[in-house]
Amino acid sequence: MIRDITIGQYYPTNSVIHRLDPRVKLIGTLLYIISLFLFGPSYFVRSILGYALAATALFTIIKVSKVPFRFILRGLKPVLFLLMFTVVFNIFLTPGERELFRWKFIRITDTGLKTAFLMGLRLVLLILGSSLMTFTTTPNQLTDGLERLLNPLKKIKVPVHEVAMMMSIALRFIPILLEETDKIMKAQQARGADFETGNLFQRAKAMIPILVPLFVSAFRRAGDLAMAMEARCYRGGEGRTKMKPLIYQKKDYTAFIYFIIYLVLVLLLRKLVTV
Amino acid sequence: MKETMIDAKQVVFEYIRRDEEGNVESVNRALDQVTLEVKKGDFVAILGANGSGKSTIAKHINAILVPTEGTVWVDGMDIAREDKIWEIRQSAGMVFQNPDNQIIATVVEEDVGFGPENLGVPTEEIWKRVEQSLKAVGMYEYRSHSPNKLSGGQKQRVAIAGIMAMKPKCIVLDEPTAMLDPNGRREVIQTIRELNKKEHVTVLLITHYMDEVTYADHVIVMDKGKVVLTGTPKEVFSQVEIMKQHKLDVPQVTELAYELKKRGIMLPDGIITKEEFITALLDCVKQKGREYGNYLR
Repeated sequence: MIRDITIGQYYPTNSVIHRLDPRVKLIGTLLYIISLFLFGPSYFVRSILGYALAATALFTIIKVSKVPFRFILRGLKPVLFLLMFTVVFNIFLTPGERELFRWKFIRITDTGLKTAFLMGLRLVLLILGSSLMTFTTTPNQLTDGLERLLNPLKKIKVPVHEVAMMMSIALRFIPILLEETDKIMKAQQARGADFETGNLFQRAKAMIPILVPLFVSAFRRAGDLAMAMEARCYRGGEGRTKMKPLIYQKKDYTAFIYFIIYLVLVLLLRKLVTV
Repeated sequence: MKETMIDAKQVVFEYIRRDEEGNVESVNRALDQVTLEVKKGDFVAILGANGSGKSTIAKHINAILVPTEGTVWVDGMDIAREDKIWEIRQSAGMVFQNPDNQIIATVVEEDVGFGPENLGVPTEEIWKRVEQSLKAVGMYEYRSHSPNKLSGGQKQRVAIAGIMAMKPKCIVLDEPTAMLDPNGRREVIQTIRELNKKEHVTVLLITHYMDEVTYADHVIVMDKGKVVLTGTPKEVFSQVEIMKQHKLDVPQVTELAYELKKRGIMLPDGIITKEEFITALLDCVKQKGREYGNYLR
């Protein structure tokens, strides 16, 4: 189960989306997320249209990016629980005018159903969109992009380079630490540890013998990595050159134009449809 | 006469443990009066059991540790000089044991480019170096792969390429094969030998695997922080008794030859390869046969 988590995993193929400047992808993702939040449950038809627009845009990008669709869907698995949680709570707990179903204290209203549907859709689109960014951008490019975008903050003494470096290393170690967790769990299970039965509290308690060795090994890895980085002359951002410097190309400007078109469509939709 | 690459004179290094108030709790002398010399272009192996101080001396060469007493010169620079530290680290690259813990980037080529980036090498030059060093270790086809999908041996070769891209004069490898399977070990050792032969990089290989040492020009055996034996692999491995005293084995063939010799079969000392062993044994049999023939006559 632990291997299914794909967030932060790069999918190497050669597509236009892969070759876009990470800054473009970051800004694009941010705009996309904002656009999703521009539609809420208050206007149902408008929101459906809005999400349809967002989904069309997203699927076009996925198609262009050449990342297999089932690969992207795998990113949804770990948040499935959260998704169900959101949907179920919205169904049962939203008050509304028209009651569709009632049994003792459980009742389902039309607004509840609508809200649940929209919220679920929003969450799915949100996760698919942001995981698409990590599939098509190497974490290093991503942090490079962030570093460049946040560069003005250096003036107010925000350690932008250091934070970016930490993030890229954290991303690099996600799969390694996951594998390690898997290994530790198997080792504990082999010695009779039980992670599958018991109530929530007991299960949480059973996780402690996994977390402790995981932490110890993470610290050891951190020490090793720091030494390896120093041995390769790493001394902070000063005087560092870039292997892949960020320069906006023609295709990046084209991508910006597409974003603007998308945004205009979103805003038009908001303006024109009021149901 | 070859120039000296690494020169260590009477190096002492102590790991000092302090309690919470900063008082010295215990002192562990990891290196005790170590003197050694590595010539440019040589392949030198340091051999030692666990706790022999072999990794500690390796960390001195990269200026990760600074000696408590004595001096280490790398390419003529004293490693205790703070202002030369980056120059030293560039001329003596270091490869560590755990391949996962030394790969920084998530794409092979970006990781190889990390060192040159730190050195402030211009972009086009970085690409050239990345290509060259990935080709030198035979990992060029994997340049756009994620390191997580590579085998241990391949990861270690990427790590070596990452060092090569910094154009070091010398590579120190601290048990690079300890976490690899036999195939990975062979790959890595093969790569190191090729770099030494073709690119003329000085290699200092730290290991406890005997068979990796047979290719070295020079072997230094360490135990309990001291250098106990030095010489060519042949010279070192002819001292089977001394090696055993220091908790070290000799290669399997050497051991076999040694045992046979103890039983009275006249084999020469210092056999380290199978081929040598076969020729020596055949000679021995021929000799016996001749003697027997003479006897019959």
